[in-house]
Amino acid sequence: MHRVNLAIIGAGPAGMAAAAEAAKAGVRVLLLDEQATLGGQIFRNVEVGSELRGAVLGRDYRRGALLTDAVAKSDVDYVAKARVWSIEENHVAYSTPDGEYLVEADHVLLATGALERAMPVPGWTLPGVMTAGAAQIMLKQSGIVAREAVLVGSGPLLYLVAVQLVRAGFPPKALVETQTRSDMRRAMTHWRAAMRGWRYLQKGAATLNELRNAGVPRYVKSRNIALLGSRRVDAVHFSCGGAIHEMATDTVLLHHGVVPDVQAARMAGIEHHWNAQQNAFVPKVDPWGRTECDGVWIAGDGAGIGGAMSAELSGRITGLAVAHELGSLPRAERDRRANPLIGQRNVELSIRPFIDRAFPPYHEALAPEDEVTVCRCEEVKAGQIREAAEQGCLGPNQAKAFTRAGMGRCQGRYCGLSVSRILADANNRSMDDTGYVRVRPPLKPVTLGQVAALHDPNAPLEQAGGHD
Amino acid sequence: MKPVSRFEELESGAPRVPVRFGGQEYQLAEGSNLAAALMAAGVDAFRQTSHRGVGRAPFCMMGACFDCLVLVNGETRQACLMEVETGLDVQPARRMREGPYASR
Repeated sequence: MHRVNLAIIGAGPAGMAAAAEAAKAGVRVLLLDEQATLGGQIFRNVEVGSELRGAVLGRDYRRGALLTDAVAKSDVDYVAKARVWSIEENHVAYSTPDGEYLVEADHVLLATGALERAMPVPGWTLPGVMTAGAAQIMLKQSGIVAREAVLVGSGPLLYLVAVQLVRAGFPPKALVETQTRSDMRRAMTHWRAAMRGWRYLQKGAATLNELRNAGVPRYVKSRNIALLGSRRVDAVHFSCGGAIHEMATDTVLLHHGVVPDVQAARMAGIEHHWNAQQNAFVPKVDPWGRTECDGVWIAGDGAGIGGAMSAELSGRITGLAVAHELGSLPRAERDRRANPLIGQRNVELSIRPFIDRAFPPYHEALAPEDEVTVCRCEEVKAGQIREAAEQGCLGPNQAKAFTRAGMGRCQGRYCGLSVSRILADANNRSMDDTGYVRVRPPLKPVTLGQVAALHDPNAPLEQAGGHD
Repeated sequence: MKPVSRFEELESGAPRVPVRFGGQEYQLAEGSNLAAALMAAGVDAFRQTSHRGVGRAPFCMMGACFDCLVLVNGETRQACLMEVETGLDVQPARRMREGPYASR
């Protein structure tokens, strides 16, 4: 077992920024990421992406190369294709194609970012349906785009992916949007704060303009969305403006916002609470990213959605804080460097109340109708969760035992919020009281052989047997 | 007959290598993402679900959803976390009829 000062899980903007900042202060950093390259999802393949892809993806994407450069030039020990599957008392277990590793870290930073919010509408499990983010990853990593896709849902990423498809020469067939005018009215009450994020408003307006010029039809305030097909998707059904539409398509891209990926934080035992504005559970952290678990920190979207810039700033702030805790950076120096970053982060976050209200999740997909599958892995329908509630299930852990929802390989990543929401509604209880599915190691599937490989045959039995 | 792809490849510089999926041979860009390359080659369903045995395709492309599950040399892998190598023999993950899935 080797030792490091700081183990960082996730090499997106927060993880890379924290790694570079802490390493600069003399901290021994191990940066672990499941993907083959630095960047996380937002800057996927930014180091190796071609010029053509760069032009399609835009300036905000290319900017990520500054971060990958900073890590490459630092003393950070970066391990690609590392799957972290356990974090217990500052021991991080991970597997790579080369073997199994257990590292002891003075501090652990969870920079696991965000997941797209699951959008369970009828037919969302059909081949041909993926998230808008998935389509964007195919473009970033592989230079592959879908022809005549229909984008369904709401939010800035929906527009961004649409405009990237336009630039790539394959404009989407249509945008089926779920937000309404009254959502925008509610958002406008936050205009004053939003003006501080004028850069985002400007980018949003330019994006919509580009879509209009490309002639991409937008169906705003759509309802009754269902994806049709038997072996694969072949049409999108929806109602809009009093008319019912059935639009033929091979590819549907779903998106209605992103939520913090809380799996690692939950597994580490960090307390979470319901954030109504973000419509998600968020972990309890202080402004430095410190959690109540000793030596465990969280930075970036995993601590609450703020976007790439905010994540990068949070990473740097936490990097400085950890360097200070380790005695590598005096308090005054930490504060001198961190204060402007905290100020910048506040500016970055000022747009969020506007975005969250202008593009709320599609209501019908938060607690879908009985026939809709919510747990993709174990194929459990919303109605089965409601039956479990009728039988007395108050929380998702009981419901898991009753229905298997959340027991599959994704471990609730894509059904956790839906199951909790359905139970909360059915039992007329709050999300905090309802809670979330319990996350235990292994965080990602591992074989018994991989676990056994970590066992030191010379260690005394009680240590090998674990603790609880 | 090979299916028609619903995707376009913007760049086609990388050399093609043979990869088998479900017994059929495809020529895929070496070093590219396996899930993306198979989809671009026209593959729809990557796996059958454990319980009902219906087809699924990559959904998240970031290692989280496990819908791109395939068997490579008998080992269960996520295709979205793999790269195309020459001679890969890939099989879709199949419906299970054992354990918790037997009686449902």
